[in-house]
Amino acid sequence: MKSAVLLLPGLNRDRDMIAALTKISGEPPVTVWQTETEIPDVDLIVIPGGFSYGDYLRCGAIAARMPVMEAVRRKAQAGTRILGVCNGFQILVEAGLLPGALMRNASLKFVCREVRLEVVNANTVFTGRYRQGDIIRCPVAHHDGNYFAARDDLAKLEDNGQVVFRYAEGTNPNGSINDIAGIINEAGNVLGMMPHPENLIEAAHGGTDGEALFAAALEIAA
Amino acid sequence: MTIPNEIQITPDLIEAHGLKPDEYERILELIGREPTFTELGIFSAMWNEHCSYKSSKKWLRTLPTDGPQVIQGPGENAGVVDIGDGQCVVFKMESHNHPSYIEPYQGAATGVGGILRDVFTMGARPIATMNALRFGEPDHPKTHHLVAGVVAGVGGYGNSFGVPTVGGEVEFDARYNGNCLVNAFAAGLADTDAIFYSEAKGVGLPVVYLGAKTGRDGVGGATMASAEFDESIEEKRPTVQVGDPFTEKCLLEACLELMQTGAVIAIQDMGAAGLTCSAVEMGAKGSLGVELDLDKVPVREENMSAYEMMLSESQERMLMVLRPEKEAEAEAIFHKWGLDFAIVGKTTDDLRFRIVHQGDEVANLPIKELGDEAPEYDRPWRETGLYSPLPADQIDEPEDYGAALLSLVGSANNASRRWVFEQYDTLIQGNSLQIPGGDAGVVRVDGHPSKALAFSSDVTPRYCEADPFEGGKQAVAECWRNLTATGAEPLAATDNLNFGNPERPEIMGQLVKAIEGIGEACSMLGFPIVSGNVSLYNETNGEAILPTPTIAGVGLISDWSKMATIGGANDGDVVILLGGDGTHLGQSAYMRDCLGQADGPPPAVDLYVERRNGKVVRSAIRNGQFTACHDISDGGLALCLAEMAIASGKGMKLDIDSEIGPAHAQLFGEDQARYVVTVSSELANFICINAEGAGVPFRRLGTVGGDRLTMGDLLSISVEELRTAHESWFPDYMDGTAAQAGEG
Repeated sequence: MKSAVLLLPGLNRDRDMIAALTKISGEPPVTVWQTETEIPDVDLIVIPGGFSYGDYLRCGAIAARMPVMEAVRRKAQAGTRILGVCNGFQILVEAGLLPGALMRNASLKFVCREVRLEVVNANTVFTGRYRQGDIIRCPVAHHDGNYFAARDDLAKLEDNGQVVFRYAEGTNPNGSINDIAGIINEAGNVLGMMPHPENLIEAAHGGTDGEALFAAALEIAA
Repeated sequence: MTIPNEIQITPDLIEAHGLKPDEYERILELIGREPTFTELGIFSAMWNEHCSYKSSKKWLRTLPTDGPQVIQGPGENAGVVDIGDGQCVVFKMESHNHPSYIEPYQGAATGVGGILRDVFTMGARPIATMNALRFGEPDHPKTHHLVAGVVAGVGGYGNSFGVPTVGGEVEFDARYNGNCLVNAFAAGLADTDAIFYSEAKGVGLPVVYLGAKTGRDGVGGATMASAEFDESIEEKRPTVQVGDPFTEKCLLEACLELMQTGAVIAIQDMGAAGLTCSAVEMGAKGSLGVELDLDKVPVREENMSAYEMMLSESQERMLMVLRPEKEAEAEAIFHKWGLDFAIVGKTTDDLRFRIVHQGDEVANLPIKELGDEAPEYDRPWRETGLYSPLPADQIDEPEDYGAALLSLVGSANNASRRWVFEQYDTLIQGNSLQIPGGDAGVVRVDGHPSKALAFSSDVTPRYCEADPFEGGKQAVAECWRNLTATGAEPLAATDNLNFGNPERPEIMGQLVKAIEGIGEACSMLGFPIVSGNVSLYNETNGEAILPTPTIAGVGLISDWSKMATIGGANDGDVVILLGGDGTHLGQSAYMRDCLGQADGPPPAVDLYVERRNGKVVRSAIRNGQFTACHDISDGGLALCLAEMAIASGKGMKLDIDSEIGPAHAQLFGEDQARYVVTVSSELANFICINAEGAGVPFRRLGTVGGDRLTMGDLLSISVEELRTAHESWFPDYMDGTAAQAGEG
């Protein structure tokens, strides 16, 4: 399956993401620059992490209003798989493709460390290679990962199984509500998550727990 | 509206520009007339200590800067060192001390931005940064505020720019109460045949301004950084620049793209003294004149004078000499990244630095003399008095060894720096093999199957204060040793020399002797200095900082799968001390933290022994014979073992033989050139025989296992208790119990 990576000025884990997708799928993803209005036919579109446009306004707010995001929205509606990691998650939320908001970390500080994630829903196109309840390792690196959703939205997310990843007990690095680390849209094709699975896919990273997510999303033969 | 350039030059104005009367006489002699206001500003920018190295140049020349691995030594934006396979590592360390004390967040942030620019100006993609930070005593009213601001600033810039911070130092001492130190290091990777230099070539070629717009921020910053502080420090806040890491990230990508097109003849970042310094350096190096038309300079404020434009230290800017036929292609790249691209002048053959503003020539100066004829001083200096020997048996033993180790492991200066480094992105780029907390940071060489680079930053200022020569040697040796402890072959280093007022002979003496010590160690260890920076006048109200010659080194690991870490020990492994027993307690962390004393000479560094021991350690690591390795430094053997136990989560049971010498010297002595290693029990004899054969003293201390660190009958502490003590100090100080320290 083919993938694409969005390139917006200020994103900085684009190279990590491209390296991960290339390593796992055996071919480099196509890249899509901020000004493009069409996205080529691919099966997975990834919005990587970073600080798009400096994030000098609310994180992801400017990116969400760029023309290229209209193209992403059309692809999402057509059922293409979309993955937003870190700033990518913030952008998806700002673009209204996922509910809720990502606020400043409760500590008010940037945090980079390894956390553990519970796979709350293994029944998605992104998490099918994990087992329900698996606890996996994954690094985080963000300043604004404190997920929040209004009561009704939150209830809906929880009831529909849209909470995909939760920080395992005692490892929530940002104060997110219900320890939420990653959520999926109702249709099940748009996943946003704060942690960085692309930084834990090979021996040099000290582990490969992130690999299964990309392998599932790209339907790589196991 | 026209902006006046005719401001009367008075002695007060000259003094306010940091120029001494004899320096002003020299200006009159050079140009044969009174300078204009803009010209005075230009001279002040070029001739201040920060840009001209006028007090240190004579001594810096004595440092060893050559080696077969060195592609570019000092004098360019950064040093360049060969790592084989057609690639090189480009690196430098630079201080941003004065601005960080005045405005900690932006001071530190722009320090990181400046050093990153130095590296990518040369065509290298930054792959690692480190930061050596020094603050006043923890309960000084300003310290808490400075630590919070500096750490957030370092993280705020580096995290957004997208480079992993893999190492550094954080130290507290009352002698930094009035002047904190922020020394920022960056390293990048480049192809050896695609390195870019600042030397302009060719007459009549366009000089292009790249990056962000020019504002009034930072006007006079370099002059400020060349003066002592007093109570008027708050007035200096407008001289601190404001950083924009987003623009810097775009500038990085645009510059690297541009360099691939072949458009760049010469390129120089605008750092201290902005447009002035970059233009003069490019012209003077290439023996060319430069003419600038300031009406073409992209500005973000109205009615800026020539003086302000020439001295602005607005960040994220570059100056380039362009191949004219590539103009359209180059401009398109910069516009794609949303950056300014403006032809602001040209190279000339008359060796003049001419500035035109609103049709008037506001400056016309000899370009070579501006750079090369800067004053150079042979300042009087005197050697500081040295301490008499202080045998360990004259130093008190602790009443309770366990309590002593716990207080060391959890002291302000030895406690875990996790609170700091978790605010830095240590993992971005996906190549980090060792993050802060070990002996050195290690990153893979992207695209190579087995190579990696190791980075360490070191200096022990209290040793330098007690004996600047030995302290200078020790800073180099410890850096070299930390690289060695990962298995890396040390390649080269950069020095960041932080001292007080060089006009005082005792301070100048510290500088001279420290450089002498650094030079001797670098020669003996084959570890040349390829770049560096000097920061003087780190004094407030006449009190100087501890002499702090920070050394940041780079080493090459040929196969990272064999790399050693401090936490790799397995149950049943044998713990071996290499390099001899601890005997020396003078100036030790034990004396400072447990006895509240600073006395005696620092430990001497025998460079022959250092080299010999390091060679044995590196070769064993490369052969995969150690499961863990840690150098012995502050806190001696006991702290080294405690850190290894905490990192591996495993206990150790060790024998301490009181026949050998005083127990407190064995445990806490800071004798140099020593390592603790763990090896599988089958290999232990082999390692000991090897050490013996190489003449390296060794001692089998005991075995790894259990959940307690036990040292004979002197102490037995659970690893968990050690960890709690180690991890608690920083968060307690910053977040909670130390709130009484207040926000200064």
